[in-house]
Amino acid sequence: MVMQEPSPEGRFGEFGGRFVPETLVPACQALEAAFRTAWADDAYRKRLDGLLNDYAGRPSPLTECGRLSEELGLRLLLKREDLNHTGSHKINNVLGQALLAERMGKTRLVAETGAGQHGVATATAAALLGLECVVYMGEVDIERQALNVFKMRLLGADVRAAASGSRTLKDAINEAMRDWVATVETSHYCLGSVMGPHPYPWMVREFHRVIGEEARSQCLQLLGGDPDTVVACVGGGSNAAGIFSGFADTDTALVGVEPAGGAAVGRGVPGVVHGSKSYLMQDEFGQVQEAESISAGLDYPGVGPEHSHLAAIGRARYEAVTDDEVIQAFQLLARTEGIIPALEPAHALAWISRARAELSGQTVLLNLSGRGDKDVPQMMEILS
Amino acid sequence: MTGPFEGHLRARRDAGRKLLIPYITGGLGENWTEAVEAAVAAGADAVEIGIPFSDPVMDGPTIQEASDRALTAGATPVSVLDEVRQLQVEIPLAVMTYYNLAFKAGLHRFASSLHDAGVSAAILPDMPLEECEPWAEAAGEAGVEMVLLAAPTAPDERLVRICERAQGFVYGVGLLGVTGERAALAASASEIAVRLKQVTDMPVLVGVGVSTPEQAVEVCRHADGVIVGSAIVRQLLDGHGPDGVGDLVRRFREALDG
Ligand SMILES: Cc1ncc(COP(=O)(O)O)c(C=O)c1O
Repeated sequence: MVMQEPSPEGRFGEFGGRFVPETLVPACQALEAAFRTAWADDAYRKRLDGLLNDYAGRPSPLTECGRLSEELGLRLLLKREDLNHTGSHKINNVLGQALLAERMGKTRLVAETGAGQHGVATATAAALLGLECVVYMGEVDIERQALNVFKMRLLGADVRAAASGSRTLKDAINEAMRDWVATVETSHYCLGSVMGPHPYPWMVREFHRVIGEEARSQCLQLLGGDPDTVVACVGGGSNAAGIFSGFADTDTALVGVEPAGGAAVGRGVPGVVHGSKSYLMQDEFGQVQEAESISAGLDYPGVGPEHSHLAAIGRARYEAVTDDEVIQAFQLLARTEGIIPALEPAHALAWISRARAELSGQTVLLNLSGRGDKDVPQMMEILS
Repeated sequence: MTGPFEGHLRARRDAGRKLLIPYITGGLGENWTEAVEAAVAAGADAVEIGIPFSDPVMDGPTIQEASDRALTAGATPVSVLDEVRQLQVEIPLAVMTYYNLAFKAGLHRFASSLHDAGVSAAILPDMPLEECEPWAEAAGEAGVEMVLLAAPTAPDERLVRICERAQGFVYGVGLLGVTGERAALAASASEIAVRLKQVTDMPVLVGVGVSTPEQAVEVCRHADGVIVGSAIVRQLLDGHGPDGVGDLVRRFREALDG
């Protein structure tokens, strides 16, 4: 059975685990226990579903593309996570974790963010529940995602610059973990993807499972069955895990798309960083390499452990696209469908566009994980 | 079954001495090995050598900067261990690094390379008890003792299980937080020492946030010794060189010897 519970040690096949400083082990254990209880608790589920529906705007629609389908020679469907409150899929996970934090009596949320979408979502949930919020963000990303930095501050979050290393997402995670080591008694680490120590990769996937479940029944209604291929971009891999989980037990092909400059599955070898064992871009000695991508949200040298497992067993395949292909795809969706995507899901479209011959005549479901507002200033510069 | 590293610390402790283990980042500057020798000459009971890692999540700004500088200067696990092998010191050496460097090399190969360089104990701060089995086996075969960390957040029964698996010494984490100098000693430093002493007779050393000789003396009212990292490394970052390290270690030694 794929995409079910990991082993008691938090393993998906050989990947995963809980490689954290000893200080954090009791907190990870407590989180795992709290999640298990909450997930089985009707009152918690009801409250979360209520927020997902009435606050975040779920279910998100399934949009069938007309002009773009014709141009690509396939039937393209979009799962519209861009229409969620705060503009991306990230809110699904954050609402789940914020409610858990409250249940555990934590008063402060710590988060890392790359593009700022997870940071904005966390700041939003903290405002909603009256929790303190600190978001770490790489200096490079603070510069290229100024809009989201402003939003987070507007929402009452304390945005702190991660100035070490590559000054991007990887370093923001380091800083968030250091903060958590020091504040674990009052803080919950609201991790933004399907990575980190057990139970995060599993828990975050479960919070995003709603994407896949909705999409599956929407497809059933529209198509009378499953799509041929599901495609999602992969940074840490949360939006991909969410939509994949709805189709894991079907014959649908699953494709994760990484940036060429951060292709952990494509170019990585197994390694251990940020709490779990997974594919990782690293040098011959095990030093983590710096990713390089136009998209701050995918600028990460690792990937969630379950994706490594899905790749290893051949259930999903992982492809990489270049920044140039992404820039093309970004414009393509805007011009043909009137939808400005975030740069992250533009990766998924870039691959579909490249692979159009292979996908010819298929029904292809793309997880449109976020909207492009945050990327407009950057694209203005690139395209002018 | 007690290994030579632990045996050495036990013998000194049982003779009534408080133990002092300075930490030095390997590859930091041209003369970092002289800093190790200076620390030994000034009365260190063992030295912990850091093999720099790109993403040191358990380290604060001082050791992060030291690691960055060493890596920028081209330090690798191989180059650091090559220099360690040349050291002529009469006390045992430990290595502290992160799990991925051992994992990437292959746990058995990494453990043997430590042993071949004359290192007899290793600390991997992102490897908690539940993940230690493969390394315990590899290190055991190579004759490298596996030091484990014990944190203030652990319940007593967990401290017992950690002490059962730890070799060399048990590393009591002095505070909730990462390495770095602190103006005052956290109450948790003495508390973790007391709690560990209640459940083990292996050497109990406290590190993280032990920055001054006075703080070391205070912790050692309960602990068998201290690990001093950031304060020592700061000497090198600030350009005081091996002499600065030697002077600081001597001040710790004198304070601990009372
Ligand atoms: C819109 C969007 N999609 C995808 C991602 C990448 O995250 P993940 O791979 O966890 O879905 C981000 C991260 O910032 C994002 O903002």
